[in-house]
Amino acid sequence: MKNNILVIGGGAAGLEAAANLERLGYNIILIERDKQLGGHLAKWDRLFPDGLPAQEVLDSLLDNISNVKCFTETDIQAINILDKSFNAILSNGITVLADAVLMASGFDIFPAAKKEEYGYGIYENVITNQDLEQMFKQQQSISPIPRAIGFVHCVGSRDEKAGNPACSKVCCATAVKQACEVKELYPDADVYCFYMDLRMFGRRYEDLYLKAQKSGVRFIRGRVSEVAQTADNRLLVKAEDTLSSKPVRVNLDMLVLMAGMRPSEAGHKVGIQLNLTTEDDGFFSAKDGMLSLQKSKLPGLFYAGACTGAKTLPDTLHEARSAAMEIDRYIKENFIKK
Amino acid sequence: MIDFGFGISPSSGINLNNSDKDTFSKLAKMEPNVLKCMACGSCTATCTAGDFKTTSLRTAILNLQNGLKDEALEILSGCMLCGKCTMVCPRGINTRHLILSINKIYGK
Amino acid sequence: MIYEGKKKIWADYQKEIPEDHYFYVRSCIRQSFFPASEATFIDITKRQLGKDIFETEHHTTCGGIAYHSDTIPHETVMTIIARQFALMKKYGYENYVCSCITSFGLYCETLETWREFPELQEKIADNLWKTCQLEFAKPKYLVHASDLIFKYRMQIAAKSKYKLINKQTGLPLKVVEHIGCHYSKMFPSKGVGGAEYPYVLVGMIEAWGGQIIDYPERRHCCGFGFRQYLIKGNRSYSVSNTHKKFESMEPFKPDMIITNCPGCPYFLDRWQYVIAETQGKTYGQDGHGIPVFTYEEVAGLVMGYNPWDLGLQTHQVSVEPLLDKIGIEYDPSAKYLGKNGKVIGEPKKPNCLK
Repeated sequence: MKNNILVIGGGAAGLEAAANLERLGYNIILIERDKQLGGHLAKWDRLFPDGLPAQEVLDSLLDNISNVKCFTETDIQAINILDKSFNAILSNGITVLADAVLMASGFDIFPAAKKEEYGYGIYENVITNQDLEQMFKQQQSISPIPRAIGFVHCVGSRDEKAGNPACSKVCCATAVKQACEVKELYPDADVYCFYMDLRMFGRRYEDLYLKAQKSGVRFIRGRVSEVAQTADNRLLVKAEDTLSSKPVRVNLDMLVLMAGMRPSEAGHKVGIQLNLTTEDDGFFSAKDGMLSLQKSKLPGLFYAGACTGAKTLPDTLHEARSAAMEIDRYIKENFIKK
Repeated sequence: MIDFGFGISPSSGINLNNSDKDTFSKLAKMEPNVLKCMACGSCTATCTAGDFKTTSLRTAILNLQNGLKDEALEILSGCMLCGKCTMVCPRGINTRHLILSINKIYGK
Repeated sequence: MIYEGKKKIWADYQKEIPEDHYFYVRSCIRQSFFPASEATFIDITKRQLGKDIFETEHHTTCGGIAYHSDTIPHETVMTIIARQFALMKKYGYENYVCSCITSFGLYCETLETWREFPELQEKIADNLWKTCQLEFAKPKYLVHASDLIFKYRMQIAAKSKYKLINKQTGLPLKVVEHIGCHYSKMFPSKGVGGAEYPYVLVGMIEAWGGQIIDYPERRHCCGFGFRQYLIKGNRSYSVSNTHKKFESMEPFKPDMIITNCPGCPYFLDRWQYVIAETQGKTYGQDGHGIPVFTYEEVAGLVMGYNPWDLGLQTHQVSVEPLLDKIGIEYDPSAKYLGKNGKVIGEPKKPNCLK
């Protein structure tokens, strides 16, 4: 008989892990809160650094889960441990008995309205990175044609007051990618990136930065302090150009906030039921931070993806594969008689 | 007009709405590499003249982007065109040539 | 502008304001800057609305001006404040309402300091006993007088004779609200609506028929800034800040400004004269300035008080164009008559500012 494995979360991590576990011969039950699978990936248009369409990546992931039992629009109502296994009652009334659980609950996007000074939800032309991806995806143009657009890095990241002192890792590359895309669409527009440090750590990310520079994107090293609306419905943005130690102000037609990553609230609710520990940043703590990144302190419960901290998509996919290996080893050691 | 002994002080901030972007575009057309500067400061650190008189290509580029032409020319006025900054620039900018072009376009 | 978004923020910063029974303390400077504002507050709350607002001649300054200009130590200020609170207790009150924003900020700061450093509170209680033989107490509720007028805004609207509406066009007046820095910038949760989009004055204006305009420098300080003004050599800072605000609000063509701080209306009003006389620039219609009011003055106007009883003749910027816009009746010849009917003296006319 095949062992049951419960995967919580149908984003990139959950899908990739499910596909690999299925290949290893397990019976996978995957639950997803949303109507559709894919998590944030499904909401994104193109991916850094090369501009690969997010849909293509998602389609490939979905191709590999043909035998996985997926329940969408489903939550965990209760979960507890029975002997060595996990007993989960789902919101659709189904009860699942699983020998291992993979938490792939991912992240929530920082609610940008919390940074009141940026006016998200108050000024129509202040949007988030996610909103811009939606606009790209729906091929919705900005009208009237913008004269100037700004990107604010680190919104809800590296910000103790916003409850997240950590870097969200993907926003710099996303901002630079989006700045390039905007510049391609509106070559005459002035495009500004307000950054504190540029964290272009990955392969070809620096190339992306250079591409943005060459296309004329202006990088201003300083955090935006406030946004206001002008009489002609544009945005007045204030920051410091820290490289020249002077306050700087500029009028823009649109401001894009790079909202960072926060621990998933839904994932957190499941974590509480299983007494999973979190670190100060609110993300789940792995068994150890070097050798057992996919294991939790609870035997049989594993992690993959951004539920243990901000991650890029390739990192998430690596983790999903290694979590599948760890789960396979765990099942073989504990459930399959030699 | 009355003299009260005090009055309106000019703003020391940078207003990018009024900054001259056209001349900078002209410069960037002639010297596309000016856009590649990532403000590392190695040009300033190595500058021969900079030990005696504030000279900084990094700051000059920033000033031009901010529309502060006079400040930019002043900060380059000590340059002796020795070429040391060209040797250290990690982005391979032909800094000597750039300084000459800045003077050509912005100079009096 | 998405109004719902602002409402969401306002909902996050609700402040509990008791309906009645307050110990009221006045401001040092308002009585000379805007002599009728506090009297109007008392008249509206006590006589018109029938509230229990208690005053005593024994209260003093809170020490705020001295504190902010670095002339007395923090401990001294805290002991002065402890004495004010002790008087409140002595007269049987637990709700404390102050007229001044500097005081309000300082009270908030002091209460927070005592909460964080109980040993300091003990020392101040000891100082208080040694110097005044008064029993240490803290208010159960601390509010600013504008919080209270905000609380009563609908009751005031119900009794109003005029609305903040342009009589000619039927359109709401465009109003700039200016909040004193120390009202909520230090402790956003202590202000109605928080610090980014304070609601305290917006609520009044909406209730009385006007329309708030949201201009870029609305968060900017009026320019008072204590040391910026108190030393003449620094006054360029002060007037430059005011200038920045007026330049920013100018394109919105505001009809009037409402404020909740002692210093702000004074400087927003008087510096318009200095800007006009040094730059030749005025911000209102036809060479006039933009009239600046305290919230009590605006409440008084909508309730039909005589403008000269509200002390509007002491403003630098002439208020008549606004009174005419609303349709408020007034006697021009009574402008410079005192309470006894005798002429109090007429100021010299400025050169530029009408």
